[in-house]
Amino acid sequence: MTNPCDLLSRRDLLKAGGALIVGFQIGGSASPAFAARGDIAGPPDPNQIDSWIAIHADNTATIYLGKGEFGQGNTTGLLQIAGEELDLDMSQLKWVRLDTNIVPNQGATVSSSSIHRGGPQVRAAAAEAREALLARASSRLGVQPGSLTVSKGVVSIDGHPNLSVTYGELVGDKPFNSKFTGTASQKPINKYKLVGTRLPRVDIPDKASGKYVYMQHVRVPDMLHGRVVRPRGQRAYGTGAKPLNVDESSIAGIPTARVVRKGDFVGVVAKEEWDAVKAAQALKVTWQESAALPGNADLFERMRAAKTTDTVIADWGDADKAFAQAAHMATATYRCPYQSHAPFAPNCALAEVGPNGAVVLSSTQDIYKLRSMLAEVLGLPEQKVRVQYCEGSGTFGRSCYDDAAQAAAVMAQAVGKPVRVQFMRWDEHGWDDYGPAHLADVRAGIDSSGKLVAYEYHGWQHGWLINETTHELALLMPPKEQTSGPMSIPVNRMSTGSMYAVANRRVISHAVPMVGYLKGAPLRSPLDLSFAFASEQTIDELAFAIKMDPLEFRQKNIGDARWLGVLNAAAQAAQWTPRVAASALSNAEVVTGRGIGLGTHHVSYGAAVAEIEVNKRTGDIVAKRICAALDAGQIVNSGLVENQIIGQVIQATSRTLKEEVLFDKSGVTSLDWDSYPVLRFAEHPDVTPVVVQRLDEPSTGAGEEAMGATAAAIANAFFDATGVRLRQYPMQPERVKAALAAART
Amino acid sequence: MHAPADTPLLYVLTNELRLQGPRFGCGLAQCGSCSVLADGVEIRSCITPVASVEAKSITTLEGLPALYAEQKGLAQAPDLHPLQQAFIDTQAIQCGYCYNGMTIKGSELLAQNPKPTQAQIRSHMNGHLCRCGTYPRVMQAIGLAGKRMAGEVR
Repeated sequence: MTNPCDLLSRRDLLKAGGALIVGFQIGGSASPAFAARGDIAGPPDPNQIDSWIAIHADNTATIYLGKGEFGQGNTTGLLQIAGEELDLDMSQLKWVRLDTNIVPNQGATVSSSSIHRGGPQVRAAAAEAREALLARASSRLGVQPGSLTVSKGVVSIDGHPNLSVTYGELVGDKPFNSKFTGTASQKPINKYKLVGTRLPRVDIPDKASGKYVYMQHVRVPDMLHGRVVRPRGQRAYGTGAKPLNVDESSIAGIPTARVVRKGDFVGVVAKEEWDAVKAAQALKVTWQESAALPGNADLFERMRAAKTTDTVIADWGDADKAFAQAAHMATATYRCPYQSHAPFAPNCALAEVGPNGAVVLSSTQDIYKLRSMLAEVLGLPEQKVRVQYCEGSGTFGRSCYDDAAQAAAVMAQAVGKPVRVQFMRWDEHGWDDYGPAHLADVRAGIDSSGKLVAYEYHGWQHGWLINETTHELALLMPPKEQTSGPMSIPVNRMSTGSMYAVANRRVISHAVPMVGYLKGAPLRSPLDLSFAFASEQTIDELAFAIKMDPLEFRQKNIGDARWLGVLNAAAQAAQWTPRVAASALSNAEVVTGRGIGLGTHHVSYGAAVAEIEVNKRTGDIVAKRICAALDAGQIVNSGLVENQIIGQVIQATSRTLKEEVLFDKSGVTSLDWDSYPVLRFAEHPDVTPVVVQRLDEPSTGAGEEAMGATAAAIANAFFDATGVRLRQYPMQPERVKAALAAART
Repeated sequence: MHAPADTPLLYVLTNELRLQGPRFGCGLAQCGSCSVLADGVEIRSCITPVASVEAKSITTLEGLPALYAEQKGLAQAPDLHPLQQAFIDTQAIQCGYCYNGMTIKGSELLAQNPKPTQAQIRSHMNGHLCRCGTYPRVMQAIGLAGKRMAGEVR
């Protein structure tokens, strides 16, 4: 299988008339007809077969996927879909690096949408190609397409395997030059050979051997190393990072080092990487002071008092009337932290910019959106900017990948040479677009039999950043927050009680303006851990109020069969036996507890059961074992989903127990793995992933949807272990001890 | 090699020798991304000045199969260290970036102790982070590799 990143070393630098043109060779077996592929700015017409599929003379195919590989295995899943429709084996399928001059625009690789939304597009394209190939085979072999059968790209007449022709012979490196018919039939599910099977991932072997080329590995001739120079830890959004004075003489002693400035953007470049690192640290900059942030201590009070824009997410029945008649109520406020993407490797990018064009290599989730941002930052027409994707480390949403790409581009433009920018650990931790903090007031009521009669959820949070930091600094742009469109209303109706049948439900989103807080962006399962932490503890409190087992309570109130399915699957895996929560409390120093949680991201169904240990003296919580079930409709490859469930559970455990962005009035202070701790090897739970397969349902997301459930399960397990509710996370030792102490008074 | 004596070993390995094994993760020795073996012992190349390892034998991920062959007295180095093969067979990897560290540190454990307990694996590997959350399968793979290695004959 071709590793697309190998091709970078064959890159050609062409100079014509003083202008720098960079040509990249892409693709397996290039032919004269495809000399143009890669030379013209995309996106290509999505209704042309050639935009998606190329058939080669050796009877292999290149599938031009528009979704990027981020470690979640979507490349494998999408190739399975393509191979299924084309009747090609995985060994016959190649893919290429995402490139704005080559691949269709399938939108950002976000929201666990690769199979959900990307799958149908790839399936349709492959079906169109198959139909076009069968039409040609029909002419060649002299029978109707209906009498043909295909296996591994060999088309033969039914019952006459010796009368055959291969895809390679029919098309062989020539374009189809055919538009989609819109009527190409897709394979029925009961004929599936690839989809639904646990094939091994196509990217794993090179990742195990060390041959896989990550963004951080790429080097090109004549390049310089760059570093951004910023205050350590971002300041309040809207106050920027204004350099009042930059003393360039402070790095005069470092060989080849020089400063790059554009607007408020400051960076350094040098020939040797170590010199760039030293120069960034040595450069004396006087930054404008800023003390506009609330700090961790005053965060939630300031959010509650903010002038918000309120949106009704749901308002069904008459919640107030139902509450007045409820036999039992649970009412509480929940406080949920800013959390960081904190990718394992800080982001890195490489750019080459000339007066007539730019090529930028980046780990971005959206190559076409980055292209338009770069065009603006560089002052170049969009058609002259080319973005290629190169995998970095798992990003889990919008980390600093676009920031690094823009920084590399700005510096490359300034110095006229390729520049590789590597964010340092403090850059990535300090200047992230964080998952926003969340404040929730939740109340719910039941009748005397334990049936939910009313549910009300109020959520406060700010929204997402539109432009990245380098963009804003370099062009001196004012702060700009997403305030319209679906992405501006992050309170998720699906995550706030939708799993239960309750006739009277009200969900209100209070949008806090982002200026004066930290920069926000989607972080894996955006805000769903907070919603589930708040909502599922409320549900659990009601179960406790009538002394009902938490599983039984949920079964009694569940909204539909698919929610019931994951709930029961997780409970069964955990061998749940009925017992009311906090009914087996112990005086021992170390106690154990178990809890259930339900959660989602958009459409899929997640459930988890957590078993934890609490050391009441030290406040340490250790998650011992977590069973998590995920129903994402038709699962293309259960191996991928199992892997994702395991990762989601570990990450959600980390976020529930440990992760919190620390900041004072001036800026972010959690700048490394000590000050922003994440779950370590010694303390990870055993994980039992349960994949619920529903072949007849559309495929939906499987990259995030078990995280909220996990957070909720851990929170509820704490109550079971101690009889005390913790309504703020991360559930770290100081909070645990304070909650236990308060309960004793 | 041209780098000044104070250059962290990591930058020499990646920029001058163009190796892909050790990788930048934090530059603070907190994550294990940059791990290499110095005379068979795991060190963090991001904070190790290149001059300090002049007298040592450095093994990166690229050289691990050969080191394994040497340790086991095999006539020929396999393509992959058994732990690398185990990572493939357990499909442990997600983004894979931390797997330089996981492989180097895991191989160090297995060279010392081919049948580590779960507690020993947790303790030995605790200095290596994985943000994707693949710890459970790393543990599984170390166990699997150990069992396979135990079947090797010197």
